[in-house]
Amino acid sequence: MSVNTSNAEALEIERQTMEVDIACAGFGPAMGGFLTTLTNAWNENPADPAFESKVAPGMPLQVLCYERADDIASGVSGVVTRGQSIRATFPTLDPAEIPMAAAVKQERVLYLLDPIGASRRSFTLRAADKALRAAGKLAGVRDDAFELAWTPAFLHKHGGLVLSIGQFNQWVGSHLMASGLVQIWPGMPVSGPLISKCTTGKAVEGLRLADQGVEKDGAPSDGFMPGMDVHAQLTVVGDGPVGAVGQALDDEFGLPKGHAHREWALGMKMVIELPEDTTLEPGTVWHTFGYPEPEIFGFLYVHPDRLVSVGIFVPSWMNDPTRTAYRYLQHYIQHPALWKYLKGGVLRSWGAKSLEESGRRGEPFLSGDGFARIGEGSGSTNMLTGSGVDEAWATGTQLGEAVVELLRAGKPFSQENLAATYEARRRASWVERGAREAENARNGFHGGIVKGMIGMALAGLTGGRLSLHSHIPPTHRQLAHSAPGIKLKDAAELALADGRPLHDALLSARGWPEIPFDSTLLVTHQDALLMGGKVQAMPGFADHVTFRNPEFCISCLDKTCIAMCSGQAITLGEDGQLAFEREKCVHCGACLWNCGQTFDGEHSMIEFRAGAGGLHSAEN
Amino acid sequence: MANVLHIVVCAGIVPDPLQTLEPVTGPNGPGLKNEMVLPAVLDPWAASSLYEAANLAGKNPGSKVWLVSLGPKAKLQQVMMTVAQKVAFELVPIDGPIGGFPDAHSTAAVLADAIAALPGLDRNRLLLFGGWESATRGAGVTLQIVGERLGITDQFQGVDQIDLNEDGSFEVLERIEGGRHQVSACAGTPAVLGWATGNLAEPRNNPQVGMANMRTIMPALQKAKPTTLAANGLRYVSVSLPKQQRTTRVVKDMTPDQIAAELAEWIGAE
Repeated sequence: MSVNTSNAEALEIERQTMEVDIACAGFGPAMGGFLTTLTNAWNENPADPAFESKVAPGMPLQVLCYERADDIASGVSGVVTRGQSIRATFPTLDPAEIPMAAAVKQERVLYLLDPIGASRRSFTLRAADKALRAAGKLAGVRDDAFELAWTPAFLHKHGGLVLSIGQFNQWVGSHLMASGLVQIWPGMPVSGPLISKCTTGKAVEGLRLADQGVEKDGAPSDGFMPGMDVHAQLTVVGDGPVGAVGQALDDEFGLPKGHAHREWALGMKMVIELPEDTTLEPGTVWHTFGYPEPEIFGFLYVHPDRLVSVGIFVPSWMNDPTRTAYRYLQHYIQHPALWKYLKGGVLRSWGAKSLEESGRRGEPFLSGDGFARIGEGSGSTNMLTGSGVDEAWATGTQLGEAVVELLRAGKPFSQENLAATYEARRRASWVERGAREAENARNGFHGGIVKGMIGMALAGLTGGRLSLHSHIPPTHRQLAHSAPGIKLKDAAELALADGRPLHDALLSARGWPEIPFDSTLLVTHQDALLMGGKVQAMPGFADHVTFRNPEFCISCLDKTCIAMCSGQAITLGEDGQLAFEREKCVHCGACLWNCGQTFDGEHSMIEFRAGAGGLHSAEN
Repeated sequence: MANVLHIVVCAGIVPDPLQTLEPVTGPNGPGLKNEMVLPAVLDPWAASSLYEAANLAGKNPGSKVWLVSLGPKAKLQQVMMTVAQKVAFELVPIDGPIGGFPDAHSTAAVLADAIAALPGLDRNRLLLFGGWESATRGAGVTLQIVGERLGITDQFQGVDQIDLNEDGSFEVLERIEGGRHQVSACAGTPAVLGWATGNLAEPRNNPQVGMANMRTIMPALQKAKPTTLAANGLRYVSVSLPKQQRTTRVVKDMTPDQIAAELAEWIGAE
């Protein structure tokens, strides 16, 4: 048996083992859907022998879920979702039951003009902006924003929900644990799957938990506690797009032909308490594009109790090696169309996460002997509709139904059986139909924002039958290396002279105005980390971000990993080497795909493993 | 020879101090805004005492640790998923209200009744542990009252260390002013120890410990009966937070002395 881990020394260590029936990696919407479906079926008849544990006869199934974050409420996303799969699981759902949830009431799509003149707009876009400005209110331009009079149905979230994923996870998790069937253990990263050889090739036999009491490099230190091997008949993998288990399975089994993880975005957001006299109603949803850069999409979702989630998405196809996020987010919230509502607000929370935007093109093998994959890491996100939570929950429920079917039939969790139950359900569902429609919807963006919007409209309006053709390069090739005029050197000098972070210096060097700090909403990045994200990390774990070839990184001119690091956890150390501080890391995973170098033509020079800590805010 | 100890830890749950905590006054008196939606943690002072209890029990084979906790059942369950991974104990949950403002006498009465009813508890071997203060129930008297109700007269507060002797007597270090400790000798159990931080680091999360604990924790939680706390005529006239200010300003051309002077002036103005 082997385990996918980079800590070779740990392989020789004797480890504790535990036998369970079902071991799960990661607790998010997909795992919530899976465990809720399983629990609901068990609740119908707890005495049903199908649910008797094989490892503890006489007991119910032993179902354990390990989550790396320190609390299941430490989610990282405010979302708007159609919520059809969630409502299917909870038919009488009242959004008021879930803190910070609201039914969608109003949706707007805004094209934001650049009120500053600092964004990287093409000549065509500048001309269009000029024309819109000239037309002014006659064209519907207010506060430097042009509201689209009509938006295609595929973008709508009518009847949906505005959610805080942190609160949603907590709500789902408390229901699950109250059932008594499921144990969800937070603060417990999983280092990788346990893989063995079998007659059909390779099988997954469970999970190995992360070593504790180790140095930064993983070497045992005081209080060393080797990660336990948890053996299971079924391993459910829902650890997200940058999860250690999912990555290890991709490496071990490869991806289906033609599939790759090449399209990403970094979502960064704030939760803001609005001024008391706000006129924004709960359930209000805005989608924006055009500012702070043409490639950056944005959102505003209004929760109850005068809370609003506001954020941006910085995509991998923004082919600029000096791309960044926090400073852009600060400029975004100050856009006149948003600032008129946000001014006087107070930052309550902040967070960031990577979104796997490859969709079906990044779909891995969904099942194998002893394992199944669900959620975002299984390629379920629909990038045409901009929807991920609904699909993730649906894939979880599909696996839940499949597992119940196999349990009742007394069949093992083999690849064949999982394909006939889980994969078959998924292929026949709306998730698959949507994924196929969306498969090529974003091709155009690799040729620019205008081409991208045309391509998206084409695919969306024809149900995916028509789309633009494009070859999506690996992420390292999506960066246009050190293009002239990028002012990276100026920024580096400014950062050095001022002691400010590179991402901040970059935009200053480009002519973006300085941020007028107000101590409540416009705050430094470190304040956002500490006051908003409440970022912390328990000691005793190894660094989860490592550089495959530190010497090689010295010679990299772009160092996009530093500029895109959401937590300033990656910095330039002495001698030009990259330094990583896990206590600052928010586990967004942006470094994984913001590296302009590669060692094998596909993977970057940065390794992102299992780690504890990160965001602690429950309001994200 | 090791002593067999029965250690009962009283530990409440409090909102995770990392979250945004906003005091409000509602119809039922003072509280925190959206307290039920905030993740909870074991009261940090009491958590120290739990780790000390487990350590002591580990050194004295045959000893046992109970964790008595009052709070909403769902919140207790959530907290236990983290705490139960750290050390071995048997949970005694009391399904009661959340919040930092219940009357200390009412709380102590409920806790003492639950402890007195523990099957198999030998009061002659009892060490009653808890936090010397609480992150929310800041009256600082609850543990003492529990001890008094149980008839325990040897009480120590602000404890950082206990050293048990073979004859069952022990020495306790209590914090006093000047960064020093008061050393007390006690003939033996029963005794009340309100812990400060102790000397132990937070234990690692151990899945095997968690699994073992859960075999008793889940049934105990499912059986926990709702409890109400008597108001005892307690009324809060006013509640206020220590004033806290945060100002962020970037300066580039000031000397350290100038910055220090400005800080001193700013502090003086508050």
